[in-house]
Amino acid sequence: MYPQDLRYSSEHEWARVEDGRIRVGITKFAADRLSDVVFIELPAPGASVTSMQPFGVVESVKAVSDLYAPVSGTVVEVNTSLTETPEVVNTDPYGSGWMIVVDPKDLREFEQLMSREQYLTAIGEDGE
Amino acid sequence: MTARRKPALSEAPETTRVAPASAGRQHKYIPVTDAERAEMLAVIGVDSVDALFADIPSAVRLDRPLNLPPALSDPELMAHLKRLAERNVDCDRATCFLGAGAYDHYVPSVVWHLAGRGEFLTAYTPYQAELMQGELQAGYEYQSMLCELTGMDVANASMYDGASATAEAAVMARDVTKRDEVIVSTAVHPEYREVLRTYTAPLGLDIVEVPHRGGSTAVEGVADILSDRTAAVIIQHPNFFGGLERADALAALAHERGALLLCAVAEPLSLGILKPPGAWGADIVAGEGQPLGNNLNFGGPYLGMLATRQEFVRRMPGRLVGATVDTDGRRGFVLTLQTREQHIRREKATSNVCTNEALLALAAAVYMAVLGKQGFRTVAELNLRKAAYAKEAITALPGYRLAFEGPTFNEFVVKTPRAPEEINRRLAEHGILGGAPLGRWYPELADCWLLCVTEQRTRPEIDRLVSLLGDL
Repeated sequence: MYPQDLRYSSEHEWARVEDGRIRVGITKFAADRLSDVVFIELPAPGASVTSMQPFGVVESVKAVSDLYAPVSGTVVEVNTSLTETPEVVNTDPYGSGWMIVVDPKDLREFEQLMSREQYLTAIGEDGE
Repeated sequence: MTARRKPALSEAPETTRVAPASAGRQHKYIPVTDAERAEMLAVIGVDSVDALFADIPSAVRLDRPLNLPPALSDPELMAHLKRLAERNVDCDRATCFLGAGAYDHYVPSVVWHLAGRGEFLTAYTPYQAELMQGELQAGYEYQSMLCELTGMDVANASMYDGASATAEAAVMARDVTKRDEVIVSTAVHPEYREVLRTYTAPLGLDIVEVPHRGGSTAVEGVADILSDRTAAVIIQHPNFFGGLERADALAALAHERGALLLCAVAEPLSLGILKPPGAWGADIVAGEGQPLGNNLNFGGPYLGMLATRQEFVRRMPGRLVGATVDTDGRRGFVLTLQTREQHIRREKATSNVCTNEALLALAAAVYMAVLGKQGFRTVAELNLRKAAYAKEAITALPGYRLAFEGPTFNEFVVKTPRAPEEINRRLAEHGILGGAPLGRWYPELADCWLLCVTEQRTRPEIDRLVSLLGDL
């Protein structure tokens, strides 16, 4: 439910380092709370994002919420398939439900994100 | 529940008698009695009604009775109010050549016969929306017809009026483009621009006005000030002076710089003969729906129209009715995209607007349905022809000439040999409501008079206006 190799933000985004870049999505916890995701608004490649500032919007049948960047940097990749199939955010949040890839300004911002254990404590779950 | 003893009238302290004249009997229009007043004061532990106002400084309190005439009997009162009402000039009695954002069109009696039915008339904007399938279906039909009229993909269930719809559309353009400036032509209705400024000032959205040149928006003027900050270029089409804009060129120009083209429509009947804004590149159409089956209503309530392209639907303010099917596959209607509304998204909502002008939108829908495509076009052509006839006759008079060149719909601006305000005063003596003097909004156009000729005006009425102007 909450992979060990990811870091987590207090706004329920996950971040994964891949060759010095950061792939970003939202956690299973966030996806479950939102219920069925119906629309995702993402920035264009080349846009800059700032740590803990909104970079996009996720809309479910229940609510519309901002997406917060876990790190600052430049957007280098955007998951355009989410336009057609936003529901994969619910079914595969850590895989095909990824949202953007960021070229980070400072990898230390990534290090400061929560570990799996810290995040589980934050959301009051035991990870099972 | 414990029964509370009601104090007898005689026990009521003298000071509680706010209206001594009615002491001892219940007032006809004020249901509370002295006894009830005394009881309420006793419960909250206050001696008198006056004591409730103790915190208000005596300097700002009235220390004498209101200067009111003695009460009238019901028949006297009705007669008095009727006399007052008769001092209003309305378009049933006066011959109206006034437009400028509110239009005197014929409203077929079936429009309000249907819209005035109790089921519709008494229904407020739906809170348990899906229980009101009839109301929602009416909204859906209205939206669908508005889409056809404007050439847009999606229209909402209505806004408050043309001016606020235009301002909401400007905010929408800001959200879509993430830019912080809008360019607005001075050929857009001056009151729309005023509402636009009221809306946008606290949002940090800058308004830059581009002056009209000869009664229409100068394309080069817009090109000069367009920048990467421009969220939208706002024009009105036909514009406030009744003329047409080079709308397609302006849209192309805006799009080149990544801005949207926002088209305000104050007179939707014009769309019976003009190309729909969607066909020449408008991204958002905002406007006034009063001319569609609604009376002049002393300036309000009016009907705000808002339509846009599918890709911007999630940034659209207000309520949106959608068609769907229920669990048994039957067609039904719902309010859709409500997650964007203020009551769910709070400070991040697309807009504060959580309601609509459902009844007026319904009247507009009935009106459009009654006229049909051909009828709508016929009414538009009548406006065009009658206005053209009046334009030619008036400008043939000595001292009267057209202020601006170019094609017009049902309004046009005339330069007059004497102050338009004075002309209006003289015409009023003959039961004619003259055009709008433009000096009020455009000091440099103090000798200009904006006239409107709708399908309501007959040839004898127009001839009479021309002959009176000739005799002035």
